[in-house]
Amino acid sequence: MAWAETINRHLRESVVWYGGLGLLAAQVARNLALPPHYFKLVAREIDTIGVRSVTVALTAALFTGMVLALQTAVNMARFGAENYVGPVVALSILRELGPVLTAILVGGKVASGITAELGSMKVTEQIDALRALGVNYVKRLIVPRMMAALIVFPLVTVLADFVGLVGGMIVAVFDREVDPYLYWNTIAYWVVIRDFLTGLVKSLVFGLIVTLIGCYNGLATEGGTEGLGRSTTATVVQVAMGVIISDFFLTKLLLILFW
Amino acid sequence: MATREGEVLVEVREVWKAFDIKPVLRGLSLTLGKGTTLAVMGGSGSGKTVLLRICDGLLAPDDGEVYLFGTRIDNLREEQILPVRRRAGYVFQNAALFDSLSVFENVAFPLREHTRLSEGEITDRVHRFLALVGLPGIDDLLPAELSGGMRKRVGIARTLVTEPEVVFFDEPTAGLDPTNSRLVAELIAELRRGVADTAIVVTHDIEFADMVADQMAILYQGRFVETGTPADIHRSANQVVRDFLAGQLREG
Repeated sequence: MAWAETINRHLRESVVWYGGLGLLAAQVARNLALPPHYFKLVAREIDTIGVRSVTVALTAALFTGMVLALQTAVNMARFGAENYVGPVVALSILRELGPVLTAILVGGKVASGITAELGSMKVTEQIDALRALGVNYVKRLIVPRMMAALIVFPLVTVLADFVGLVGGMIVAVFDREVDPYLYWNTIAYWVVIRDFLTGLVKSLVFGLIVTLIGCYNGLATEGGTEGLGRSTTATVVQVAMGVIISDFFLTKLLLILFW
Repeated sequence: MATREGEVLVEVREVWKAFDIKPVLRGLSLTLGKGTTLAVMGGSGSGKTVLLRICDGLLAPDDGEVYLFGTRIDNLREEQILPVRRRAGYVFQNAALFDSLSVFENVAFPLREHTRLSEGEITDRVHRFLALVGLPGIDDLLPAELSGGMRKRVGIARTLVTEPEVVFFDEPTAGLDPTNSRLVAELIAELRRGVADTAIVVTHDIEFADMVADQMAILYQGRFVETGTPADIHRSANQVVRDFLAGQLREG
């Protein structure tokens, strides 16, 4: 029964993966309060993660804003709602595309970087060396990255939101000849602070999920350089899936809580 | 918490460990007293490294008890083992140097992490230990720029710089050319009389074990088939031991 064995193996692997992710999350939570506090390391991680990701996220946001404006302007004209380009673009970006695209792009980049870094430390026994020297590796390697993610992801999302709106405006103004004041006024009229905040909450959660996946896959790397390649690829896929799937549930939850 | 002569520093009782369904250690026990160097020998894949990792709490056994400096560690969480483990040192087979840090920073790492020494004191100490392993003047090199033998010696310096009460050596001479292998062996033999008087050395290199050990144990099929002084081992009538000494042991 080859298929039964395959299913059994996949099932076992996914139980191990989700279980491991949960255990790592618990370890991080437990270690947050314990000394020592590596504030310097958090600052360094913010620097690496932030610098690594701003350009990618903002470029994507700019073009997403532009294409959204293009599509809504043309297609909403069909039912005479061309004046609502601003709010539609803004709602889509603030509530959905800003946090999600940022998480997928920045997340893919950052998390695969983390997996590669931690994975190579794992396969060369450097993580065991830390442990053998009596160093709490979760505290030193994982916690700073999670803390940095908590700061970087919302920050980049805010920037992406803004750039996305500007992108929408560029198209609305230059391509569809919408008055820029009308664009911003309709946004200010229809969009409320809650729209912006739910997006921000999402980006916080995504940041944690994505970074946790990156860290876990790094620590779980086995089998030398070949294993390193495998776990880095796995991170990219799992980050995208993790963001897209958790986005649905998170959206539903936030709608229940704050609508 | 200084340790006294003869006091038991490492004790392993009836330890079992399996990977998937393959048993590696099957009810193995050992005790290591202060001032003793024990060489654990066996073929590759016999579980020597697994045993060493269990002694340092890097790996938890499936069953049995592990005591390090009298503290039971097999049922503790990682964070609880750390303070105990800090009093022991572990030298990895491939040195496991931090490849983003220079040689100096590698050796200084445990001092920066665990002590409040001043920069001057750290520099003194690091230089003293680098000189001890015969590598003065390479502070700024990165691990990637070192030969295998040098890496191993830097790894030894990093382990010893905090003056651990017991040192675990994992295959210190493996993968080295004969000259380097002899240099490392002589270094460890010399350290025995000084900073590393209590140690467990895992090796398949009999000559090296003869140089450093006062106790030997042959690991075969998850158990010690013979333990004793080097002289006892060489006189042993046990067929497994004789095969091992003759270089004909196969792990089945």
